[in-house]
Amino acid sequence: MQKKISNLPFKGTPEQEAALRRIIADNAHDKSRLMAVMQQAQDIYGYLPIEVQAIIAEGMGVPLEKVYGVSTFYAQFSLSQKGQYSISVCLGTACYVKGSGELFNRLQEILGIGADECTPDGRFSLSACRCIGACGLAPVLTVNDEVYGRLSVKDLDAILAKYN
Amino acid sequence: MDMVNLKINGIPVSVPKGSTILEAARAAGVEIPTLCYMKDINEIGACRICVVEATGARGLVTACVFPVAEGMEVQTNSQKVRNARRMTLEMILSTHEKKCLSCVRSTNCELQKLCLEYGVEETAFEGYRPHYEKDTSAPHLIRDNNKCILCRRCVAVCREQYVGVIGPNNRGIDTNIGCAFNQPLNATSCISCGQCTAVCPTGALVEKDDTDQVWAALNDRTKHVIVQTAPAVRATLGEAFGMPIGTNVEGKMVAALRRLGFERVFDTDFGADLTIVEEANELVERVKNNGTLPMITSCSPGWVKFAEYYYPELLPHLSSCKSPMQMTGAIIKTYYAEKMGWDPRDIVNVAVMPCTAKKFEIGRADQSAAGVPDMDIAITTRELSRMIARAGLRFASLPDEEFDSPLGEDTGAALIFGATGGVMEAALRTANDWISGKDCDKVDYTEVRGNASIKEALYTLGDLSIKVAVASGATAAKEVMDRIKNGTADWTFVEIMGCPGGCINGGGQPIQPQYIRDTVDVKSLRAKALYDADQASVLRKSHLSPAVTALYGHEKFFEAYGCHKAHEILHTSYTPRKKYSF
Amino acid sequence: MKTVAELNQLRAANLKYVVLRKGAEALKDANPAGKRNVLVCGGTGCTSSHSDAIVERLRSEIKEAGLENEVSVIHTGCFGLCALGPIMIVYPEGSFYSRMSEENVPRVVREHLLGGKVCTDLLYQETVNSDGSIKSLDQTDFYKKQVRVALRNCGVIDPENINEYIACDGYQALAKVLTEYTPEDVIRIITDSGLRGRGGGGFPTGRKWALCAPNKAPQKYVVCNADEGDPGAFMDRSVLEGDPHCIIEAMAIAGYAIGATKGFVYVRAEYPIAVKRLSIAIREAREAGLLGKNIFGSGFDFDMEIRLGAGAFVCGEETALMTSIEGNRGEPRPRPPYPAVRGLYESPTVENNVETFANVPQIILRGAAWFAGMGTEKSKGTKVFALGGKIQHTGLVEIPMGTTLNEIVNEIGGGVPGGKKFKAAQTGGPSGGCIPARLIDTEVDYDNLISIGCMMGSGGLIVMDEDTCMVDMAKFFLEFTVDESCGKCTPCRVGTKRLLEMLDKITRGEGTLEDLDRMEELCQYIKANSLCGLGQTAPNPVLSTLKFFREEYVAHVVDKKCPAGVCKKLLKYEIDPDKCIGCGVCAKNCPADAIQRTDYVAPGHKLASMQIDSAVCVKCGVCMTNCKFKAITKG
Repeated sequence: MQKKISNLPFKGTPEQEAALRRIIADNAHDKSRLMAVMQQAQDIYGYLPIEVQAIIAEGMGVPLEKVYGVSTFYAQFSLSQKGQYSISVCLGTACYVKGSGELFNRLQEILGIGADECTPDGRFSLSACRCIGACGLAPVLTVNDEVYGRLSVKDLDAILAKYN
Repeated sequence: MDMVNLKINGIPVSVPKGSTILEAARAAGVEIPTLCYMKDINEIGACRICVVEATGARGLVTACVFPVAEGMEVQTNSQKVRNARRMTLEMILSTHEKKCLSCVRSTNCELQKLCLEYGVEETAFEGYRPHYEKDTSAPHLIRDNNKCILCRRCVAVCREQYVGVIGPNNRGIDTNIGCAFNQPLNATSCISCGQCTAVCPTGALVEKDDTDQVWAALNDRTKHVIVQTAPAVRATLGEAFGMPIGTNVEGKMVAALRRLGFERVFDTDFGADLTIVEEANELVERVKNNGTLPMITSCSPGWVKFAEYYYPELLPHLSSCKSPMQMTGAIIKTYYAEKMGWDPRDIVNVAVMPCTAKKFEIGRADQSAAGVPDMDIAITTRELSRMIARAGLRFASLPDEEFDSPLGEDTGAALIFGATGGVMEAALRTANDWISGKDCDKVDYTEVRGNASIKEALYTLGDLSIKVAVASGATAAKEVMDRIKNGTADWTFVEIMGCPGGCINGGGQPIQPQYIRDTVDVKSLRAKALYDADQASVLRKSHLSPAVTALYGHEKFFEAYGCHKAHEILHTSYTPRKKYSF
Repeated sequence: MKTVAELNQLRAANLKYVVLRKGAEALKDANPAGKRNVLVCGGTGCTSSHSDAIVERLRSEIKEAGLENEVSVIHTGCFGLCALGPIMIVYPEGSFYSRMSEENVPRVVREHLLGGKVCTDLLYQETVNSDGSIKSLDQTDFYKKQVRVALRNCGVIDPENINEYIACDGYQALAKVLTEYTPEDVIRIITDSGLRGRGGGGFPTGRKWALCAPNKAPQKYVVCNADEGDPGAFMDRSVLEGDPHCIIEAMAIAGYAIGATKGFVYVRAEYPIAVKRLSIAIREAREAGLLGKNIFGSGFDFDMEIRLGAGAFVCGEETALMTSIEGNRGEPRPRPPYPAVRGLYESPTVENNVETFANVPQIILRGAAWFAGMGTEKSKGTKVFALGGKIQHTGLVEIPMGTTLNEIVNEIGGGVPGGKKFKAAQTGGPSGGCIPARLIDTEVDYDNLISIGCMMGSGGLIVMDEDTCMVDMAKFFLEFTVDESCGKCTPCRVGTKRLLEMLDKITRGEGTLEDLDRMEELCQYIKANSLCGLGQTAPNPVLSTLKFFREEYVAHVVDKKCPAGVCKKLLKYEIDPDKCIGCGVCAKNCPADAIQRTDYVAPGHKLASMQIDSAVCVKCGVCMTNCKFKAITKG
């Protein structure tokens, strides 16, 4: 699947840019640290839009296309904003055999968005993830850092209600 | 050198240690098909078409990267190998848009050739394949990912050209070659060199075909359609008609152009000679007046675009001279139009170029000496070859004809513009004469010839010593510019060409399949055709070109080199460009 | 720290803090600090169930109870029994509290820590004998067959405190190597131990080091592969979370053996706790002089840094991992040249995975013969498995090579829950295959698994019961591979996708018998032609299920039936009109409005029964889940 590119306007602040430039300054001596810079940039902005990738490309002395190529290779990098509440459903084996696929499908229906999309109000975004290691709690999903385990489809409304 | 002995299909062969199976096979006279492999610059083992069986290796190995070992026995043509290759081709075909009948690369497509050889079933595997929008945004080429086989040869040459504006994006079945954020090519810092189109094995990257415009112009009786051809075209056009690499087909080319219906067949060589006198004059002015040095040539539109994107702060180093094509175009629409009593608006200037960036250059600002663009259409050598074919001309049996006068007159100095170092050598010939105040015997400046990406030399011209540098390819250009930027360069004059090897290896030149490019020194063979022609010329110095001297002499079109009018017509300006657009 | 003597002093000085956890034998002539150690699991599993809140609460309650000097609370790495988390163990009793909650903390503090009376009702019940006495943890089914080498410190020490590691003989192996052995000695010991790579392929570690050692280069590298990506596998994470220093120590030893002074650990960014603990450990080791220049005055320099992965399974392949460390798309490179000759940054490199490294210090300290004494003829030592899927005790186990699958699943793992039947176990994740029930007595080691078309892999072991459709399972793994294929080489990029499409066709009931043969042909093609291990092993789940469960494929293809009742397109939900009381709950919950009332009122019922329109039914199964009268069946 091609990575979804955000079409919402970029809202970076001068403070964020200053922080990014500091990170680049610390790493620019070694081009192999590109990914580390991108990871920290994503920590700052939440995603890696072209405005951010161009600063990284220029600062690290690599083509923008290379940064983009890397950003579309690794699942962790996002080209679109995350919602205020980012829901991630584990589709690892243990969770899958315990029905996490159902959870994922149902969430898409409830929220009216597809995978890696954000609701128009910016509240929820939804993605699937690989094993987060909470196999003992399977099936699990996370909302931001909160983990919900031993779930069934019936639990979803109650979980979402907490964030509405 | 340590040698390794092995057998390829039972044929004993001895090759240097560290050779690959592919190299050993070639040494043994056995060809192994390749798709992704490009010697030295793309040895990635990705396409898997070159698989062979080799003793001591598990399963099949890729010949392009697998090193030979003493006593190894290689089977390049076993049933197992043939089946594997056929299946790989069928895999590729299952994601390939099979519009071969209308594909410009049909009969010249490396994939098509292999599919025929291996007897593939076109639809053996069908299934999901991503669909891509064609990218027609750039003036010089069209990217059609639906035909891309992900061999990454374009990526390798684009990276070799430093700019790296296309690369692999996403992964798995959705991997595609493209620009950052799927932007169209014209939104990137692509320098239009077209090297990608010259190495693409299929029709995924092709020059933008402007021949319909040429045909239309030729069909329009109200227009004077004038063609000019770059120095390097005569050294390569024959390849498109099966002639050996390095055949100089100037006479047949002129005959063909005349038969296509061009009213005048002029030579960009004229503009090259003109460039030399104007550029040499500019250099002298800069030296005298403490101008910006080193001065750098500006003939190559790919290089100029590169400088505008990557070194905007160094643009004052570029000579303000237009390129030979633009100069010729400008003279046609001013001097020649005046002479013929034509309205420049009725002239259609067509150029046949080894270059795809010329398609971009004709649209540049500040290139309209007569109030209309100096040039109207730029086609590549490949496009011309297709026009010749469509017109039903049997190229090989055409007679040799001569360019029209006066803008068809040239010197040997202009001919070598087509190879890296040629502009420098031509300039040195003229500068030496001017500084010495006489017609010097020295014409050969061999230190600046050859395919090294950067060449430096120190010359004494009259009583003046100057250091010069010659670079070809954008990576070399970068190195040169960095040295200028950080103050470690002490050159007075620098020649830079956007393509490695110069125009003879331009992005618009006839396609040579990769196995030829890997095994034959294409650049040197093509360059040799030009140096031989230079050697055979009577006039070998630009300032002696009768067409050029006429302009400043008895024709009284220009008062002097670098005069106001010459600046109006023959010089231009540059603009910094933004690398990213959002 | 400059000398081995200093290290030994430090070990002696810190022994009192850990000795309570070491059993009665160790306690005999020791002088422990305080009376009790409370160990709370801080692995990812238990942290997800808020074990850190338990630690906080424990500390505050203990303070309130005035027990700070008597009881210390240690936040450890993974205990292994993740299914019972959050886990807490109190030493010296060794009482094992499972599914611990913050609310229960005050009670445990009051009754157990203060009152000395174990809250047996909160313990893992298997550890409570019928007479109320407590069974030691290593006597439980889950632990008794385990032999902990790689995991020996996991769940025992505080991973964020280097002194605890040192107290447990940490860095003794490095000291010994640097002061007593030549690099050749080290390689010989590792070779003699029979240690093989635990990351999947099982390449002999000593041989790997020996291939790299002679290559001269200005810089060589040791790389630790902690990009554990098999779905369901978390051995490496647990080691990094529970015992990060052992990896540092092992990498330094490897560096000494091959002549490398620089190491990289490539960790999944999805493992934040592991990254944090490893970072702390590296900092502590540097401060202690155990990383850096002239370690133990031997003249040997070694330092290391962490690089984070970013979610690409293929980066577990060694050349892809190196490409990724270099800051690129993690695409594999052709081999040869092998990393031992030209690896990271074009330099000679040894790459081993976490679990492999975790064995190294112990092998050095206890000798090659000790290690080689465990396991089978060609697979020495132990192996850590992450048990998952349809199994009672989800979690992490370390067992000697050669333990049978039966022992792993039924004894250690507690068998399949819910009275279901064991069908197969999948090892090696998307690169591996399945072991069917009839081969449950297979002794698990590298070669036995290979011989049945399986693969050790990094140690994920997923148990499947009768409700698992093997075609669907193969499809699941193929989906994973297709998703994770880097896209560089043709056979993997296109071939796996085509294979998945064939599987999909079969699960939709549209396959033919001819497709099965074609699929096998495609599998063999992908295996033989792919650039890297990912592609070369991607067809394994298909080949292995085709081999052992061909009849299930045939059922999908010929009978258009999914015997396990998983493949939706082949499913049919039906309501038994005689069992249906007509309550209508099913219809209310049906997302597709596929359920209507009939005219038929079954004898003894008041309302007409319901009926499913299978043309409309989306086969979500909600009706069946909601029917209290078991009137709905699928088949």
